[in-house]
Amino acid sequence: MGEELLTINHLHTAFKRGTEYFDAVDDVSLKIHKDEILAIVGESGCGKTTLAKSIIGLHDLKRTKITGNIKFQDQELVGASPEKFDQLRGSDMGMIFQDPLAALNPLMRVEDQVREVLDYHTDYSATKKHKIVLKLLDQVGLENPERVARQFPHELSGGMRQRIIIAIAIACKPELIIADEPTTALDVTIQAQILDLLRSIQAQNHAGIILITHDLGVVADTADEVVVMYAGQVVERGTVFQIFNHPLHPYTRSLLKSIPQAEHEGDRLYAIEGAVPSLAKMPHDGCRFAPRIPWIPESAHEKTPTMHEPEEGHYVLCTCYQTFKFENGEAV
Amino acid sequence: MSLVEIKDLQVHYPIRSGFFNRIHDYVYAVDGVSFEIEPGQTYGLIGETGSGKTTIGRSIIGLEKITSGKILFDGHDVSTKKERKAIDYNRDVQMIFQDSLSSLNPKKRIYDIIAEPLRNFEKLSDTEEKHRVRELLDTVGLGEDDLFKYPFEFSGGQRQRIGVARAISTNPKLVIADEPVSALDLSVQAQVLNYMQEIQSQFNISYLFISHDLGVVRHMCDSMAIMHRGRFVELGTRDDIYNHPQHIYTKRLLAAIPDVNVDQRDAQRKHRKEVEKIFDTEQSRYYDKNGRVLPLQKVSETHSVALPEDQVKGE
Repeated sequence: MGEELLTINHLHTAFKRGTEYFDAVDDVSLKIHKDEILAIVGESGCGKTTLAKSIIGLHDLKRTKITGNIKFQDQELVGASPEKFDQLRGSDMGMIFQDPLAALNPLMRVEDQVREVLDYHTDYSATKKHKIVLKLLDQVGLENPERVARQFPHELSGGMRQRIIIAIAIACKPELIIADEPTTALDVTIQAQILDLLRSIQAQNHAGIILITHDLGVVADTADEVVVMYAGQVVERGTVFQIFNHPLHPYTRSLLKSIPQAEHEGDRLYAIEGAVPSLAKMPHDGCRFAPRIPWIPESAHEKTPTMHEPEEGHYVLCTCYQTFKFENGEAV
Repeated sequence: MSLVEIKDLQVHYPIRSGFFNRIHDYVYAVDGVSFEIEPGQTYGLIGETGSGKTTIGRSIIGLEKITSGKILFDGHDVSTKKERKAIDYNRDVQMIFQDSLSSLNPKKRIYDIIAEPLRNFEKLSDTEEKHRVRELLDTVGLGEDDLFKYPFEFSGGQRQRIGVARAISTNPKLVIADEPVSALDLSVQAQVLNYMQEIQSQFNISYLFISHDLGVVRHMCDSMAIMHRGRFVELGTRDDIYNHPQHIYTKRLLAAIPDVNVDQRDAQRKHRKEVEKIFDTEQSRYYDKNGRVLPLQKVSETHSVALPEDQVKGE
């Protein structure tokens, strides 16, 4: 494992609704090292993207309150100035967005969009920048970089657009890449290629990658470490093997159980009852997953859930994992 | 007899350009596909973006003008509007859309949304209508107090269930589900799929299930077709497609699905790379000079594959 790259301690990100603040990210702590792919999984509304935006400083500070610590390369990011973030974004941190068409400027040629990052963060000559752009396009697996460089986003397919976004994100060889659902809008074969590309870039640049996704298949295929989020909290954290081979928290187990499995073709799928609570209705104390597993007695949960470490490096929130069984009596 | 029979369906879009805006070429969105849907069965259409799967669904329901071919419903030809009207086709065939928010009118209450098809096709009194809407909401697991809410007040999964309730309100024989769960989370996806299956066994509805998610199709469908570039590359039962794939494109698709089995991930990755390599080197044999998929060859009673003729062999 490489050296520590990013450390988050007790991070709270609260949004203002009316006069009150509501925690969308509630007491999250995690670490990411160099040469590591950390996956953040959870359903929509669990705070995955809010967490990523807090790291990269994209929240509107007039409406958001961020407390806690985010330490990146010995710098504190909570409360850092917008100028500081301008300097970091693009050079030390790269971001890959879900919808490549929305993230690209429709009126700019590909070359200009990729070069924009270099214009801002470096003082290379125009010819050198041109060379770097072509090299980047080649590196992300685009055939005929010269031609692609002159094209507009609408002339490219979804997979090619996502490759351009990745080229922009890695232009300055960032230490940390945040990929927010990078393959959700893509077909499976393209998804496989993009994930391979992310892995090869990581091997070349020794970057740390935060991969945000709700697709457990992608996580199992790509990640080294996994963080499972539910309702703004980290409910389970561990290596990819710990999470998939010995899932502990009821939420993780339920998610894994609801994947359509080859052996159970046509059977009823396992569905988690209810839905993720909305921000305003978020319970303040007790286990937040309890309402969705009502057959588990209240005594199994902790009043104020805390993190437990049943095996080394494997963390789980609340005590309900110890006695949890599905309604039909199965444990997994 | 099968409920729906599609015979050599073609949908071509003209490409116009030049001074007189003359047609100088066509996009072959659907280029000669044939298949049948049995009553009470779920038929899966799998394909990547742009393969033409949605166009087939839209042609069947009559939203797309077909270039040639035949669509037979219960033995009646339903290729034109007049023919569709004569047999109450629009009542018997309904659709569930991918994006639940944009397919529900934001200014209408749930009661009116679900009652709309009833008001179009069935002459019910006010009390009968109310009773029927309640019954429908109950089938998809929503309650009395949801009746007078607006679409934005629901979560994605609930909205998709409202879409299901609306689609089944006229007791259709066929429901076309175009990517019904692609926009949903895993646990919610399970809820919607379960309701769809329950409703199917309760009302004996046939589904045409259009999706790019091979895992979901495997779960839902008894027989299916894989599409590529407007044509079928492989057609067969679940067992044929998933356990005995023969076309290189099907193999490539199956290899690309990320598996949740972490212990096997390196092996899986290696397998995927190998298949990808074979696809690159051998794909010219599976497509003709113009990149068109070859004609389907029967390899067993249920299984047809677009193979070059010298490769056809029984299973």
